[in-house]
Order: sequence, then C-alpha cells, then structure tokens
Amino acid sequence: MTGAGPLTYREACRQALIEALESDPRVFMMGEDIGAYGGCYAVTKGLLEQFGPERVRDTPLAESGFTGAGIGAAMVGMRPIVELMTCNFSLLALDQIMNSAATLAHMSGGQFAVPLVIRMATGAGRRVAAQHSHSLEGWFAHIPGVKVLAPAVIEDARYMLGPALADPNPVLIFEHVMLYNDTGPHDPSVTEVDISSAAVRREGSDVTLVTYGGSLRKCLAAAGQLAEERISADVIDLRILRPLDSATVLESVRRTRRCVIVDEAWRSGSIAAEIGMRIAEEAFFDLDAPLRRVCSAEVPVPYAPAMEDAALPQVDDIVGTVRQLLGKS
Amino acid sequence: MREFRMPALGADMESGVLAQWLVKPGSAVSPGDIVCVVETQKGAIEVEIFEDGVIEEILVEPGTEVPVGQPLARLDGGPAAAQGAAPELKPMEPQAGRPADVQAAPRSPAAPAGPPPEPRARPARALVTPAARRRAAELDVDPETMTGTGIDGSVTLADVEVAARRPESVKRPPQELAPEARPARGFDKSAMRAAIAAAMQRSKREIPHYYLGQAIDFSAAQGWLEARNADLPPASRLMPAVLLLKAAALSLRAVPDLNGHFVDGAFRPGKDINVGWVVALRGGGLVAPAINGVDRLPLPDLMSALRDLVQRARAGGLRASELSSGTVTVTSLGERGADRVMGVIYPPQVAVIGFGRIASRPWVVDGQVVARPLVDASLAADHRVCDGRLGGLLLAAIDRHLQKPGEL
Amino acid sequence: MSSPAAHMTLIREILAGIAPEAADCDIPGDADVREALDLDSMDFLNFIIALHEQTGVDIPETDYPQLFTLDGAIAYLGQHDRS
Repeated sequence: MTGAGPLTYREACRQALIEALESDPRVFMMGEDIGAYGGCYAVTKGLLEQFGPERVRDTPLAESGFTGAGIGAAMVGMRPIVELMTCNFSLLALDQIMNSAATLAHMSGGQFAVPLVIRMATGAGRRVAAQHSHSLEGWFAHIPGVKVLAPAVIEDARYMLGPALADPNPVLIFEHVMLYNDTGPHDPSVTEVDISSAAVRREGSDVTLVTYGGSLRKCLAAAGQLAEERISADVIDLRILRPLDSATVLESVRRTRRCVIVDEAWRSGSIAAEIGMRIAEEAFFDLDAPLRRVCSAEVPVPYAPAMEDAALPQVDDIVGTVRQLLGKS
Repeated sequence: MREFRMPALGADMESGVLAQWLVKPGSAVSPGDIVCVVETQKGAIEVEIFEDGVIEEILVEPGTEVPVGQPLARLDGGPAAAQGAAPELKPMEPQAGRPADVQAAPRSPAAPAGPPPEPRARPARALVTPAARRRAAELDVDPETMTGTGIDGSVTLADVEVAARRPESVKRPPQELAPEARPARGFDKSAMRAAIAAAMQRSKREIPHYYLGQAIDFSAAQGWLEARNADLPPASRLMPAVLLLKAAALSLRAVPDLNGHFVDGAFRPGKDINVGWVVALRGGGLVAPAINGVDRLPLPDLMSALRDLVQRARAGGLRASELSSGTVTVTSLGERGADRVMGVIYPPQVAVIGFGRIASRPWVVDGQVVARPLVDASLAADHRVCDGRLGGLLLAAIDRHLQKPGEL
Repeated sequence: MSSPAAHMTLIREILAGIAPEAADCDIPGDADVREALDLDSMDFLNFIIALHEQTGVDIPETDYPQLFTLDGAIAYLGQHDRS
C-alpha cells in the first residue's frame, strides 16, 4: 500500500514486511499484538487481514518462548520474522538469542544455520519511561554470531529486511521509536541496500560525527548549524553495528582528524566506546584533537518530559562538543 | 607489573642512549639504586630507580637510542607483592555530575546528555595532538614551543603548519651523532651545544628576564676563610664559592618566589632549595647538576658535595635526579672569570644567581676609599613570577649573609 | 722523592689527572698553569690537595701564588719537601 503522501519510516517498514511475506512462502511473523492490534507501533497494521493468522501470528507475552520457536523454525528451513515489542523486553529472550541463535551454527560445526530476523523497537523520546525507552543494541552488538542493523533512513527501513532474511545468520533489526513518523527525505530510485557498510550521510572536512539510528537526524541538524559557523562536519551513519564497518569511519577520521561519537545509549561499555577505541588503535597519529562522545546520561531514562530531554543527546550538545573540540568555545 | 622508563633529564631531553645496565634480570632494587647509565647530550648519566622491586626483564639493549618515557625494564614484586598483601582496594570515587546509581538518578535533571570530560590537571608537558606531533617531526620543528589554539590550548596540526611557515620558527636541535662516533663516557660537543642552544633559546623566547646587580664587600668572608683554612689540610679547606653558594641558598629562604618552577602558566614554589651549580666542561659546554637542600648543608658537607659534583660532571658520572631536581641556578665565575655575569634562566626555573670574580677594588668605608675584595652578585629573574623589588631583597640578603660568614 | 725531576714528574701526573691535555703538551716553566691548562679554582684546589697528599708538604693558601707556574711549584716543593 503506497500512500499518496510522503513515505513514512513506519510505512517503509510495513512495505518491507509485505514484500517479504509476498515473495517468500517460508516467511512468517510472530510477536505480541502484531496481528489483531496491528502492532504496538502500528507497523503491522492490516497484515493479519492480508496474510492470515498462519503467517502473522499473535503470541502470548512470552518472549523467550516465541523467540525460541522462531529459532527452531529457522533451523528447519523457515524464514521467521520475530517482533519483540521493545528492546527492553528482548532481555527476556536474551538467552535464546545469545545461547541459541548466535551459537548454533558454530556448535553444530556449520550444520545448522539460523536465518532468523528479530525486529525490535529501541530508544527514548516517547515519554514511556525507563522500562520502554532504553537503547540496548550495543549489548547485542557485543555478541559474535549475530548481525545488528540500525536503519536510520527511509531507504534502510524499506530495504534492509530483504538481505537480512537472505542472510544465514540471525539478524537483529533495531527500529528507533522516534523514527516511525519520519518522512524522509528519501530517494525513490533506491530499491536495494547492503547490510555491510556504513554510509556517509553528509560530507565535511573539519570533524566526523559518527552515529546511527535515532541520533542520525540530530547529527544532521547539528551539522547544519555548524555549517553556519563555517565548521564542516562529516556525518557517518553506521547502519550496521555488528560487524562494524571500521574502514568508513577511519577513512573519514583520517580526513577530518577529529571525531565526536553520538550514541543514545549509555557511554560506559558502549558501542561508542568501541568505535572510539578502534579509532585510537588505528588512527591515533591522525588525530588533531581528543575523541569525544555525546551519549545519554547514565541514568534510567526519566519519565518527566523535561528530564527525558535533558538525559538524551540533543543537537545543542553535539554542536557544543564540536565547537569545544575545535577550540572555539 | 611496573615499568622503569627512560627519564627526562632536563626540560629539553627527548631521547637518550642506553649505554650500560648495572642490574640484570633478578636483581633486587630499591629507591636510589643506580640501575643504568644513559648517554645524553649532557654526557653519561647514572640513572636511579625510585621503586622497590626485582628487575624482571630488560627491555632495551645497550647502544639503543630510546625516547623519553619508553620502558627500559620491567619490574616485578615490590613491597606489596613481596609480603603477599592483597591488592589495594580503592573506594569508588564520586563522579560529580554523573550519577551512576539509581538513587542518584532523578536528582540531576539538568545534567547534560554528554557529561563533560573530567577536569584534569594539565600535564607538565605541552599538549600536542598526535597529528600535530607527526607533522612537526616531518617539518623538523619543535611543537612544544608553539602556542596552541586547540582544545585546552593544545597545539594542533594547523598551529604547526602556521608556525613552520614563520621564518623564526625553531628547528629541532640536530640529532645526535651515530653511536659509534661517540666516546663511551665522554661528551658529544655538538649535541651538548644543541642542547644548550635549545634550552637557552627557549629561555630567551619565553622568559621575560629582569636583571639586578650589586657589589658586595667580600672582606669579612675572605678574612674568615683565610683564618679557617690556615689550620686545615688542603682537602678540608673551603673555597669562596661555597660561601657564595650557601649565602645564596639561605637568602632564597626569605624570597621563595625565586625558587621553583614556572609550569603551565603558573609558578610552583620548590619544596626544597635545590641549587643547580653551573659546571663548565673542559673544551666547552656546561651542565648544571643540582645539590639538594643547600640551605641545610653545613659548609664542609657543601664543599664535599661541590667537589664531588664537579668531578662527576666532568667525568660523565652525573645521576639522573641531579639533572632534574634543580629549583634555581647559581653560577660563580671563579678567580679567573669576568667581573660580573648576567645569567640566562634555565627553564622551567625562574632565577639564576651569578657571582663574578672576587677582586680587589676601591670601596668606600667611613668616607674613605679603600681597597677591598669585592664580588659582583647578580640576579636574572623571571618577570612573570616576581618584580625587581623582590629580586633586590635577595641580593641584599646575600650581602647580609656574607658579612657574617661564621653563621653560614 | 726530593729531586726536581721527580717533582716535575709528580706535578705532570697530577695535572694530567685534572686536565688530560697536560699529558702531551709542553708547558713553559714560567707560564701560569691555570692559563695554560684552563684550570678553574676547583681544579687548582684539587692540584694542591693532590700535591699535599702525595708529598706531605703543607701548602697554606697564602702560598698558592707560588705554585701558579711549573718552575714555582718545583722550587716550592724543593724548598719544603723533606722526604
């Protein structure tokens, strides 16, 4: 269903699911409230009617159980798409993801693949407090054996699912909750994307902003503000958090010689820490300023709107950090 | 596991050649032990260690040139390990503005999303970014002397590029000669000249010197010396220089602003009065190793220390700590020197006290011109730290002390 | 050890220990050794100390000027060395 208005991120996700269900009979969906209710974030609205309860299955509130069922189905040849309502709830399925999905190919000597896709919502900003707002994709990016995708633009929301389903490894897709209503811009001529490389979303020469997911828009806005001060920022969308495309990041940092990593997750032990360390290891002698990170405050995401906003990376924080790095604050 | 590293033997040392190990794996060491000899632009220096432990592994072979800060040997054991004590547990430090605990969470709504980097004390060395440092090496300029425009005043790539385009930009001192061209325990004259040049250029570039001079009647001191030395064998006799040195050190007690280091835009007073004594080397060059706590040393001890220091300075047996502990410098030209000297401050110190030749000259006593042994005392001091009035107090104090030699 | 030649040898040895170039340079007997060998006050004191320790001759400070030249030093030792 292609609407007349601009394509939203939500609609792009929905179109991707429809295409997958239409094009491959092995594909089916499982998750909480994805059928009759149409999805907690309305991504799966209408799919139950279109594809029937065999392929769009409402599950009990039992993440470990239905994720395990998805793993088993994948092992025997299906292409399941499991939806975990938010990544906070994914912890109930962590054992299945980490101890089963990520390890079976390894432990079976390659006899079993687990071509499973798990979608989940991530991130803060919707005033839904600490149990529904965290960014845990960095944790999953720690696990060898899975791929972790973070679509931040319409094209990726629309086209990452295809290669994810085609991949023999379990693939986790983190959709940021603040992006569902996002309308672009997007390039209609793009009809496929890879799930291996980071993308330069804006080119610049003075500083590299490395980000992903929901923080990409903030970085692009910050880069726009910085341009008015004649500070030119390269903005890199990591897209894939595991395996990381270090080459793109390093190429940019070697050009700009400064780097700010923007990550809505907490900074300690984060994917932002990992990127910073890779830069320190590989591009130390190219740096013309210390590395910096803009991350969320190390608190459970607050409920009160003012406090939630204060706890998250904001455009002003990014701009201020860049100015400081350039000795202009 | 601890590491013993190449020390910086003075502000301008960048590397040294490990000449000789005096310990081997398995050797037990304790603070103050001399563990190796390092050849520097100031000659062969005996380097002490300041930790307890056992040398576990030697990391650098003799003859290797090693940058300052690079590990030379690994140390194991130490007091804690030797006694089988548990590793020290440190209490968690509270992190201002960075609540890490649930109970602390709601209390800082205004905390910025990206906590600011923790404030840190500025390191003693200049902040030079890695890219700037590499570019400076390519351009053969010294980034540590440049003004930084980057974060925390760091010297950035652009600063290096701009500085390198200026004609007066300071080139690095030439690299040392190849090891085989160097005598084992002698001095490489060109290297020493380069080291002096670098230190003195930095001094004249960075330090706004002011100069004061005062003629001092040395007759009381001379009379006291002659009377004292007359009954003593030559080895126990004191030289005039010892009185000058002691008088200068005692005077610095009253004027502590001249004793210390100027680092990172601020004066840090020295805890002790460690006087760097300028030793001219035969055939050119000089070195200013320090005697620590000069103001507390009795004259005979000071004389012995001075003789020992001069001997080792010329033979190439100075210790690492002697080259870096000086908080002020004193130079005395001796009996064959010029009448007066206006010194150049050795950074990061803030003062150099000079004494010219002691010579018989006219002096007015009770309205009569009489011949007296006089010594011209001078002070070159850092105007960033203090003013001439204070410097004048120092010279006056030296004069007072020299009039009462029995109390030195 | 009281002959001028023996004193000469001793003086040269001591001076060579202080200023290595003294070993192979010819210093005129009436030249000031401090000038000729660039000896400073400390070097000269060390010279006196060594002479005293090796000959037993007591050399008061007031006599130092008599030892500024080789000739003077030999004469001084000849006069005072009773060994």
